[in-house]
Amino acid sequence: MKQKTIGNETRVNRWGYFFVLPFVLAFVLFNLYPTIYTFVIAFTDLKGLRNTFTFVGLKNFAKLVSDKYFWGAVENTFVMWGWNFIPQLGIALLLSIWLSDIRLKLKCKGFFRAVIYMPNLLTAASVAMLFRSLFAYPIGPVNQFLQSLDIYAEVERNGTMIREAFQFFRSVPASRGIVAFIQWWMWYGNTVIMLMAGITSISASLYESAVVDGANSRQTTWHITLPMLRPMMLYILVTSMIGGMQMLEVPFLLTDMRGAPDFKIRTTNVYLYNMAFQGVNDYAYAAAISIGVFIITIVLALFIFFFLQDRSELKKKRVGVTK
Amino acid sequence: MISSTNALNVKRFFVYLFMLFLVLLAIVPIYLLLINATRSTAQINDGISLIPGHNMAYNWHALTSRGFQIQQGFFNSLYLAVTTTIVTVYFSALTAYGLHIYNFKGRKLLWGIILVIMMLPASLSFIGFYQFVSRLHLLNSYIPLIIPAIAAANTVLFLRQYLSSVLSMELIDAARIDGAGEIRTFNTIIFPIITPALAAQAIFSFVASWNNFFTPFVLISSTKKYTLPMLVQMLRGDIYRTEYGGIYLGIAVSLVPILIFYSFMSRFIISGITMGGVKE
Repeated sequence: MKQKTIGNETRVNRWGYFFVLPFVLAFVLFNLYPTIYTFVIAFTDLKGLRNTFTFVGLKNFAKLVSDKYFWGAVENTFVMWGWNFIPQLGIALLLSIWLSDIRLKLKCKGFFRAVIYMPNLLTAASVAMLFRSLFAYPIGPVNQFLQSLDIYAEVERNGTMIREAFQFFRSVPASRGIVAFIQWWMWYGNTVIMLMAGITSISASLYESAVVDGANSRQTTWHITLPMLRPMMLYILVTSMIGGMQMLEVPFLLTDMRGAPDFKIRTTNVYLYNMAFQGVNDYAYAAAISIGVFIITIVLALFIFFFLQDRSELKKKRVGVTK
Repeated sequence: MISSTNALNVKRFFVYLFMLFLVLLAIVPIYLLLINATRSTAQINDGISLIPGHNMAYNWHALTSRGFQIQQGFFNSLYLAVTTTIVTVYFSALTAYGLHIYNFKGRKLLWGIILVIMMLPASLSFIGFYQFVSRLHLLNSYIPLIIPAIAAANTVLFLRQYLSSVLSMELIDAARIDGAGEIRTFNTIIFPIITPALAAQAIFSFVASWNNFFTPFVLISSTKKYTLPMLVQMLRGDIYRTEYGGIYLGIAVSLVPILIFYSFMSRFIISGITMGGVKE
């Protein structure tokens, strides 16, 4: 009797395979197999319109390691991600603390959050095209605005100084700054919402007992809110880093699709596109690039996790010892 | 006491000022886009204006008369967004339910795989994906844009978390005793229960597909099948060089539907952001 019910249960549980089958099939066909295929291609010489390839061992990876354009792209990606991430986390922390401060009693919080989150939903390709137009030379709105404030670029031409419009996309810091600004503009609202969710989940009794002990709002921020937000900040840091390494549409469409000026806003993914789908169509090398980026991302993510988690673990142990 | 309330008021004033600045920073680029979409090239050259012009009809003509099939692009984007959303939501619900209810061999492994996929960078599989699709002769087809949407790891993760909070085994047992088959139980009983969660996921999946530029950009080659972001990208070309109003209008067409949609659904969307993903 008992065995029969077990048999029934297994039979019912077999339905599980039926329910997950479409997912597994689609995953294997369009995700797992292509990933493995990418790894295979990276060891071949697949290039151009050919369909056939021969294995060339580690040749592509050897080329990758010594490719100054690849490392330049890695540097560009990190610089622009950093310029966006540091103000993003800083401003989002300030805002989320202010917005959930009971003593400040801010009004219109919902409206404010809705407005600052809005850019996150916009088509990145269109946003890039919009900012390309806004910062255009010589008569984009940004230049017009600066000129109304009597701010001009001073350029030397034939020995005389001429005041004219800024050529933002000929300047490396300006172009990188615009990319970082767009990334910040699109993502800090999202970070504010995540951090506010983190603050809401901190137990109110922690604050209550701190206030009873005479703590002021600065003290509760430093000694309760920030330490309790640490796991959330770590999560935001890692996901933002993984996402930042995939930065593509904005630097791709903002200038000439090759990271002008001087390849200095070319991210690793733009470089991958340039290699695979422009010029000689070097798919094998592009596959090696994607694997290189993957390895860099993983190493950094693990580094962040271990570096930032170990310290708190150590602290816990120390507390345990002093007990 | 008075001085501390004063200090609080001063702080509040500066916080409001900062918030106002950020609101302007979010709105001004969009506002300039919409205004300039209605102005003529000469007006745009004259300077910034906060008042709309009345050249939208001309800009529309300038835009569409040069092979810029914006209506076609709009419907292509809509078609892809609707189909991928239906596919993602239905099959993710199926997968989440299967993982949640049935205790089959390999369930833990599959769950682990789903968690790993979410952390993998999208570019890792891209070259292999392109080569695979090319060998299947499916370049320039919508199939490789729609079918992979069946396996949406983050949607499954979200829905499974939702299921574990709302679903009781009694309900399923009751349905089984009443003689409903497993598939029918899912379609007629479970699916309606999880509709609120599905709606939130449907919105995100719709927006993601609407905004997707890169995969169609690489796979699709015939202009008839171009999606809106791909068309917008064409505005970089020389033939639009002096049609500033037309360029702004083209960009606006891809953004305005999202803006309208968002203005009605913002509360729902924002509450949906934190519902799923982050539980760690």
